[in-house]
Amino acid sequence: MCLAVPGRILAIEEKQGTRIGKVQFGGITRQVYLDFVPEAGVGDFVIVHVGFAISQVNEEEAARTYRLLEAMGLLESNALPQLPESSESPS
Amino acid sequence: MKFIDEYRDQRIAQALLAELHRRVTRPWVLMEICGGQTHTIMRYGIDELIPRQIELVHGPGCPVCVTPVEIVDKAIRLAARPDVIFVSYGDMLRVPGSNSDLFRVKAAGGDVRVVYSPLESLKIARTNSDRQVVFFAIGFETTAPANAMAVWQAKHEGLKNFSMLVSQVLVPPAIRLLLSSPHNRVQGFIAPGHVCTVMGYREYETLSADFHVPIVVAGFEPIDLIEAITMLVRQLEDGRAKVENQYVRSVSYEGNLPAQRLMQEVFEVCNHKWRGVGMIPQSGYRLRPEFAAYDAVRRFGLEDLEVAESSECISAQILQGLKKPLDCPAFARRCTPESPLGATMVSAEGACAAYYRYRRHTVLH
Repeated sequence: MCLAVPGRILAIEEKQGTRIGKVQFGGITRQVYLDFVPEAGVGDFVIVHVGFAISQVNEEEAARTYRLLEAMGLLESNALPQLPESSESPS
Repeated sequence: MKFIDEYRDQRIAQALLAELHRRVTRPWVLMEICGGQTHTIMRYGIDELIPRQIELVHGPGCPVCVTPVEIVDKAIRLAARPDVIFVSYGDMLRVPGSNSDLFRVKAAGGDVRVVYSPLESLKIARTNSDRQVVFFAIGFETTAPANAMAVWQAKHEGLKNFSMLVSQVLVPPAIRLLLSSPHNRVQGFIAPGHVCTVMGYREYETLSADFHVPIVVAGFEPIDLIEAITMLVRQLEDGRAKVENQYVRSVSYEGNLPAQRLMQEVFEVCNHKWRGVGMIPQSGYRLRPEFAAYDAVRRFGLEDLEVAESSECISAQILQGLKKPLDCPAFARRCTPESPLGATMVSAEGACAAYYRYRRHTVLH
């Protein structure tokens, strides 16, 4: 339930006073709300939980995690969050 | 096994494990609080890689598991109403109430929808203005800012057809309850990294000082957990009891202040019932009076629903670290993830469900 995954901000846009980022997780990109990480900018890594970035991580630390995850094959598993577009109603 | 063999090849893991084996001189009982950490420990067999003297017990750290039966019953009652679209995180759909679950309500025609983020429930409310949209706002402190944002936006947009069924729980009061018990066996805690990402770890310093117990804030990958266990054992062997932060890449001392400000604006602390444990003082959040109009319990008049739990289930003792899943005669027999008797089997992150997935061969031949 408290699953949160590090990803990298590729772009940021403002919509009705809310900062929304395009965030890359491995090979996948998702829309993420950045209101709780006002300091984070394009290129920064954030930890994302239920569509919200809850912290900004430094790149060195994020890369360390990714090297470990990659070495253990975790990136191919289902550790990434569900796509918002596909999650409305499971059949 | 593929994953465990590869994992044993990791130089970092080996180095940490080697130190752990060197440092340990006597038995220690450690508890991880978070169900995500329990899952990692079982999935990678960390409990079997660490020295035998170290026993890991599994805490009450799964908000799905500890959501009380009567709130699940309220969810089921709301989801069955023809005028309601009931919106939930996917984890809650299989969780049994006293007679049914949300999947069965959906199968019987209830409009139950799964979302990844709570803000999607607002979109559903905007595009279905003739229906009532109820969001099932469960979670620990990690999820509270996102849930708070949904109700905050609903209020500021003036969305009249949106409300929330809130079951928010807080970790430190549960740790305090465990440590206050005369039966407590836990000598060191692995604190939940994403809860502390939001809240920081000031509250854990009070716990550590009050009970003279070491606490290490940890992440969720195998190396994170092995490192945290090593840090706890160093402290225990040296007779120290303080809070240390292993998950530095995400957790700061103060936590996420913008998130905390929004949570405080929307929620206030209240007494809360935990499935399998009972009422824990000051261990939950409810909506503040300014947001009471968005409280689904109030909007739909569900205040009086009270129900009892299965008496066969030992999840109360498991959640407090007094027993482990394999101690239960019903485990993997009368109690399975498909037909769970209680809290710790209902969610994939529950201790019993994690054992069922990775260890049931040890009881079923």
